[in-house]
Amino acid sequence: MKQFAFAISLLVLLAGLVAARDAQPIDDAQLEQRMQALTQQLRCLVCRNETLADSQADLAEDLRRQIREQMKSGKSDQEIIAFLTQRYGDFVLYKPPVKSTTYLLWFGPFILLLMGVAVLYRYLKQRRETIREKPLTADERKRAEELLRIG
Amino acid sequence: MNRLLLIPLILFVVLAGFLFIGLRHDPNGELPSALLNKPAPAFQLPQLQDPTKTFSPQEMKGKVWLLNVWASWCEPCREEHPWLVEYSKSGQVPIYGFNWKDDRAAALGLLNENGNPYVLTVSDADGRVAIDYGVTGAPETYVIDRQGVIRYKKALPLDKNIWEKEIVPLVKQLNQ
Repeated sequence: MKQFAFAISLLVLLAGLVAARDAQPIDDAQLEQRMQALTQQLRCLVCRNETLADSQADLAEDLRRQIREQMKSGKSDQEIIAFLTQRYGDFVLYKPPVKSTTYLLWFGPFILLLMGVAVLYRYLKQRRETIREKPLTADERKRAEELLRIG
Repeated sequence: MNRLLLIPLILFVVLAGFLFIGLRHDPNGELPSALLNKPAPAFQLPQLQDPTKTFSPQEMKGKVWLLNVWASWCEPCREEHPWLVEYSKSGQVPIYGFNWKDDRAAALGLLNENGNPYVLTVSDADGRVAIDYGVTGAPETYVIDRQGVIRYKKALPLDKNIWEKEIVPLVKQLNQ
């Protein structure tokens, strides 16, 4: 039984090693693709309407260089984003995180939508009441019949 | 005429007003710095005048000081420069220069020509330390307190107004 456990743990260890070795050599094209995907979501701090991927600004080039290096050293996208927000704040993200200062930004439109639905509901209800059918009086019926006959 | 018809017109005027203000509104220098009230990132960089010597913010522990990011290629820095020279003469607070991604000869030339307001300047030739400070453009000025914490950042050229109304009172308060 002890031997069996030993064999299993050895197997697990080996599998881990193989996986780690597989993850290590990063193809340059693959890295470039990953960088492109990440920098598409980030704002260039110089030309603020451009992404970090598209910007030709000097600072954007420096940042891309640093991001590339960090990817090569095995940092995850999350770690790289944390590196940038520590320095430049959430402003560097095109998609702002959900937190107390951004609740209005994230949920404001839904509140407006709900308000719109409430207004629409009240309006429709009111309208249905005003156009509710009333039966014709005897006089009115007579007039209507006359008009129809002429037609 | 139905008064309700005026509502779109009023809405349009309000919107146009906001857009007009937006046009004339320069958001530069108004971004909150992510490093405000955080320790100034450590670095050790060569000095511009004598690259064999280095400077590190740790040496400034116990003093209130200014770190001014500048470069010879930066036009607004040239505008700011004469002011800095004047302020440095007042001796109210030591100003240290941070020469960002610059050509050494050009940077030295500028200081020779227009005067040197800095106690010393460090060169960050490849811009790595600037990224640690969250620099987005030049000029930028940081006020760092005795404990080495960044207490203020301005991403605009300093002028008389900023100096007298914001920097001098803050330095006085931090020095107390």
